[in-house]
Amino acid sequence: MTAAPSGPGRGAKRTAIACAGLAVGMVGLAFASVPLYNAFCKATGYDGTPRQGPALAASAARTDDSMVVHFDTNVAPGLSWKFVPEVSRVEAKLGETKTVFFRVQNVGSAPSAGVATFNVQPGLMGGYFVKIACFCFNEQTLQPGETLDVPVVFYVDPAVRDDSNTAHLSEMTLSYTYFASKNGQPVKATGAKSGSSETKGDF
Amino acid sequence: MATAAAHAGAHEVHDHKPSFFARWFLSTNHKDIGTLYLLFAFCAGMIGAFLSFGIRMEMEAPGLQYFSNPATYNVFVTGHGLIMVFFMVMPALIGGFGNWFVPLMIGAPDMAFPRMNNISFWLTVAGFCSLLCSLFVEGAPGASGAGTGWTVYPPLSTAGHPGPAVDFAIFALHLSGAGSILGAINFITTILNMRAPGMTLHKMPLFAWAELVTAFLLLLSLPVLAGAITMLLTDRNFGTTFFDPAGGGDPILYQHLFWFFGHPEVYIMILPAFGIVSHIIATFSRKPVFGYLAMAYAMVAIGVVGFVVWAHHMYTVGLSLQTQSYFVFATMVIAVPTGVKIFSWIATMWGGSIRFTAAMHWAVGFIFLFTVGGVTGVVLANSAVDKYLHDTYYVVAHFHYVLSLGAVFIIFAGVYYWFPKMTGHIIPEWAGKLHFWLAFIGANVLFFPMHFLGLAGMPRRYADYPDAFAQWHKVSTYGGHIFGLGMFVFVIGVVLAFRSKERAADNPWGEGATTLEWTLSSPPPFHQFETLPRIVDEPGAH
Repeated sequence: MTAAPSGPGRGAKRTAIACAGLAVGMVGLAFASVPLYNAFCKATGYDGTPRQGPALAASAARTDDSMVVHFDTNVAPGLSWKFVPEVSRVEAKLGETKTVFFRVQNVGSAPSAGVATFNVQPGLMGGYFVKIACFCFNEQTLQPGETLDVPVVFYVDPAVRDDSNTAHLSEMTLSYTYFASKNGQPVKATGAKSGSSETKGDF
Repeated sequence: MATAAAHAGAHEVHDHKPSFFARWFLSTNHKDIGTLYLLFAFCAGMIGAFLSFGIRMEMEAPGLQYFSNPATYNVFVTGHGLIMVFFMVMPALIGGFGNWFVPLMIGAPDMAFPRMNNISFWLTVAGFCSLLCSLFVEGAPGASGAGTGWTVYPPLSTAGHPGPAVDFAIFALHLSGAGSILGAINFITTILNMRAPGMTLHKMPLFAWAELVTAFLLLLSLPVLAGAITMLLTDRNFGTTFFDPAGGGDPILYQHLFWFFGHPEVYIMILPAFGIVSHIIATFSRKPVFGYLAMAYAMVAIGVVGFVVWAHHMYTVGLSLQTQSYFVFATMVIAVPTGVKIFSWIATMWGGSIRFTAAMHWAVGFIFLFTVGGVTGVVLANSAVDKYLHDTYYVVAHFHYVLSLGAVFIIFAGVYYWFPKMTGHIIPEWAGKLHFWLAFIGANVLFFPMHFLGLAGMPRRYADYPDAFAQWHKVSTYGGHIFGLGMFVFVIGVVLAFRSKERAADNPWGEGATTLEWTLSSPPPFHQFETLPRIVDEPGAH
């Protein structure tokens, strides 16, 4: 075979390297999407991610309009905690700073650590529900039988009425789920998730 | 063109082929690798078809007839989807016909990187083996195999499948994905650098255009899938929480990543078919294709817009009204370039001297069925309608009309069109036509009632259903049997072709077939175009 038509020339190699670079870049973008997506959710309240920030000036509050906030609490399998809100709901004037306490109790026989995740429903309300302080930002460790009252301080942004997606809403839900954790990282539940492999494996 | 043919004939004489093992296992010849891909796609397709047969048998009547554990039914559904997408349609249209005819059509002696071509094929085979393994190891508690659906959404694929089946399925996608990315690099390099002298991009046959756009889609979308399933793998095995809310992850992120790949993927499956159907329609209308440049750039437009519509698969996750409006609009925009293609095919036939050969039957049938699927696609593009139809049989009907009846019909059209060129043998026309009518009637009886089931509220991926849905499910299963009967006719046709003494001419289709592969012998010499053909004018344009 003559060399002329066969085998990749320099142009072909350059094309191939550019293509490979493109593919590697797309893998990189896929992984970069994780922090980008988190930042995007935090910034916009996308997918029910509550915003975090300082309290509004008292003058910005609207006394004529309010939002009923329901509280929902869950404990994931693998953590023997009891977790209840002090009140099941509050009526918050738009822009008014509210403080609500939750009670967590370790009903198990060993010390355990947990971290809470949070979410609001409807998801579109995420951008208008602002947390000033929350127990959920930190890991908690409870001794057996220990009870802790933890606060969440929040307000509902009056801008909620300017968004056509949320202008008509009068109620929303703030939901928390406590997961077992170790140094802020979740540990696998010992329930359904890994139960079958534990009974079968010999380790 | 005439000189190209003369040279090809002369080379046939000293055409030495390697031994059987070296030829088929260490192959670096684009035609042999294309043949391997086609045979592989046929075998994988048979297994995928067996799984769908199991699905239809179970769904023929309410209650559990064949599956004692509904989780196993979901494994059949998942296996069917993954096999048909990654190991049947893609290997046939891209690896098979793409390898065979892109170099021939652009006047190149082979692909740019013949050894990488071989790696691509065997990676695909390895991926398929991994997928088959996943069927036989534990997935969901108490059942073997991955029953996650082809989308592999967490948390079902993480917390819901403690066994290793999902890991095997993920490796299957990694391997075949790596093979496809290498293949895409090969196609792009070949098409951009190895066209014959005089063949500018704007004179390049539409099938080569289709493969070029497809290769770019693969290159941009598959790495994102690879990233997403790698995160899934580490979530499952190494305690990361990319998609686990317990550690601050979000399962919705997986859906975004998956569909950023998944939507271009459906165009990856259909664009090569668009290319093939253009050649068949032009050949058997004895006219150059209508609106060549518009046809080429319509495919480019479909490819580009295909990347910005992914969230129309996710209308139910709680997108804001504005986001939904955008995705509805962007999705409907795709109907414009698709319409350009449909109307151009019809305009090509208009006033043409049409011959209804077997391949033409399949091509015209494709246009009709793809349009039906396209219309239901526009219905589903509406987010308000989609919230009702999401994950119902209406969606199943829609994507089977565009894929099972779109891509698969064109795979058969391609086989009937190019079989004489690939093998030198001729499938009897009656077999191709009988196969077509069985497939056309069977597929419509199989999938059209699914629209009614979906509108009535029948959800996807359930092994059992209320009695009210029984009638149309029964009809649908009968349609499946008719379609299956057609496959026997196909096999008989191929067997008869090889038994017959009749040999195909270099150009069995006459003056309408103008692309370069018809200037070569049938089958083409082992190495072609050692003297490059020189394209002086757009082939057959004037």
